[in-house]
Amino acid sequence: MKISAFHLMPHRELPADFEKRYESVWVTPPWWELADPARVGQYYNWTLDELLFAARAGFDGVCTNEHHQNAYGFMPSPNIMGAVLAKATNDLPVAVVQMGATLPTQNPPVRVAEEYAMLDCISGGRLVAGLPLGSPMDVNLCYGITPMEHRERYREAFALVMKAWTAREIFAWNGKYTQLANVNLWPRPIQQPHPPVWVPGSGSISTFDFAVDNEVCYCFLSYSGAKSAKGMMDGYWNVVTKKGRDANPYRAGFLQLVTVAETDAKAEELYAKHVEYFYHKCLHVPAVWFSPPGNQDYRSLEASARTPMRFAVNAKELRYRDFVEKGYVISGSPATVRQRLQEEVVKGLRVGNLMVLLQIGSMPHELTLQNMDLFAREVLPSLRPVWENEGWVNHWWPEKLRARFEPTPSPRNRVA
Amino acid sequence: MSDLNGTSARTVSVWQDQVRLRILSKGKGPGVFFFHGPWGLHWDPFLDALARDFTVHAPEHPGTTPGAPDDITHLDNLWDLVLCYDELLDSLGIESAAMVGHSFGAMVACELAAANPRRAGRLALIDPIGLWLDDTPVTNWMMLSAGEMPGRIFHDPASAGAKLLFPSPADDDARISAQVGLTWAMGSTGKFIWPIPDKGLKKRLHRVKAPTLLIWGAEDRIAPPVYAEEFARRIPGARIESVKGAGHAPQLEQPAVVADRVREFLRP
Repeated sequence: MKISAFHLMPHRELPADFEKRYESVWVTPPWWELADPARVGQYYNWTLDELLFAARAGFDGVCTNEHHQNAYGFMPSPNIMGAVLAKATNDLPVAVVQMGATLPTQNPPVRVAEEYAMLDCISGGRLVAGLPLGSPMDVNLCYGITPMEHRERYREAFALVMKAWTAREIFAWNGKYTQLANVNLWPRPIQQPHPPVWVPGSGSISTFDFAVDNEVCYCFLSYSGAKSAKGMMDGYWNVVTKKGRDANPYRAGFLQLVTVAETDAKAEELYAKHVEYFYHKCLHVPAVWFSPPGNQDYRSLEASARTPMRFAVNAKELRYRDFVEKGYVISGSPATVRQRLQEEVVKGLRVGNLMVLLQIGSMPHELTLQNMDLFAREVLPSLRPVWENEGWVNHWWPEKLRARFEPTPSPRNRVA
Repeated sequence: MSDLNGTSARTVSVWQDQVRLRILSKGKGPGVFFFHGPWGLHWDPFLDALARDFTVHAPEHPGTTPGAPDDITHLDNLWDLVLCYDELLDSLGIESAAMVGHSFGAMVACELAAANPRRAGRLALIDPIGLWLDDTPVTNWMMLSAGEMPGRIFHDPASAGAKLLFPSPADDDARISAQVGLTWAMGSTGKFIWPIPDKGLKKRLHRVKAPTLLIWGAEDRIAPPVYAEEFARRIPGARIESVKGAGHAPQLEQPAVVADRVREFLRP
């Protein structure tokens, strides 16, 4: 079992009436009214410090991701963050998990292959290469990619990146979206034939096929917990079986929001407002923006119209206890969190590569470190051996970091 | 399908048999081509009125023909789309025809008339898109919620025309099919105009030689009437007819008025 700390880098101080005053947290929130560059600089530094803290506390990996024009999570270039993390963790057995640079908006997409190769070289072969499709808000609305071409562009870019990493000869790429006469990547990644690849998805059935066909780790980045993800992940595992692959749990990744405190009651007291901030403000986006016409292929469109899986619940009407009850967030004492994570997420969905979001919405820096520290000490050690006895190999993890290792003692008192 | 309304339907394959286009035809008299807008083809009272004097042929935009949604993947860009329609006209043996278009379909008619001016006999454009003014952006209807759409497209979202475009069938299956059809029609047409519906038509409009009538809903809030002036300025001799009590789809909200103007304009 590999457990990574995920970060969104959100705006932590949105006004209390944000979701009433503004149309959306994404695409259209007015910078001049809502943010200050010096303060945002502080957010970036907190984010890096928090992920480095997690790395030292014994997490297996640290994850960054890419989003644009929003207050929900604004690392437009995850590789800038990844570069800092790679350099600063060179003495640690920690993977740099880029979840990652959005492929369809990179022009040309070999840029992702280059930057990831740089990160792999800098980190000494510790990169996990997330190759995301990107959200419709980022790709279609902010970066102008035609919804109907989004997936096709992605697939071409994916094939180009793979070939750029692995080809021994210089080659010409005569694609529909990219034409390059001499592809000759400098540098190449340390990990051969290429770094492990994770493909994040949000339950689109065409992505299941793609993930299995390309032998990547399919990661469901969910904010609605394991209960509502069950049907979707079962769908993925069905595709895995149907295509004759083994049931290696490391084929699957999952993102879960987690908050830990000494007791369940203390967790509510400490984290309730930050969880509600996240669901009420950070996810404040018109539903239709998640799915511009053409973004889903016809098959997926029909399937989702007939069995709507997302947005059935209006999160704005829910409060902390609802989020916990539904499993959107797993929160409570270490014992509660251990049990729910193991039963609902790890075993329930058959997940080998778990990502946990421990800085949530408005959660301040100190409280984030406290959450990470407690998780690392009280939860992580019991989860790590979960799949140990079944003998699976995590092909989707940097080879040099695959062996189980004992976490270093908590660095909590070193960060003052 | 219930909206065939006494039309005859045939499906023509073009683009090396990769793109199937169904054409609904009705009426008698000289042929007129109708290119529908971004919400798909519905045989409406306006087309019926037109069919009294003309034989109206209405092709479905690639991807929107039932049973052939993925055919749209074979057309990469506007140039492919224009050639696809060129092949369609060839395969029907039509050298030149009057063309009527609505919104996105009116843009397609302009592109055809600009690419091959001999193809278009007369051109009746109903609230065409295809130009862009920074001060008056065209609304991206693809980003409107189902609830917002009727109010934005129509002057009166309760009108019969609005109901034709946005039916609310009681039965679940029909409702879902209508919703899927509408979304796919927007996606398949949107492929050629995202994210800004200006793909260079301004550089090509001067090639249009056909006598042109511009019909514009006075209350159009998708492409406001200022765009009528822009089109008129660029198409030699174009005339503007404003239609009161209509938004972006005047032929649906004021079918009799629009049909009268178009018939009068097309009459030989």
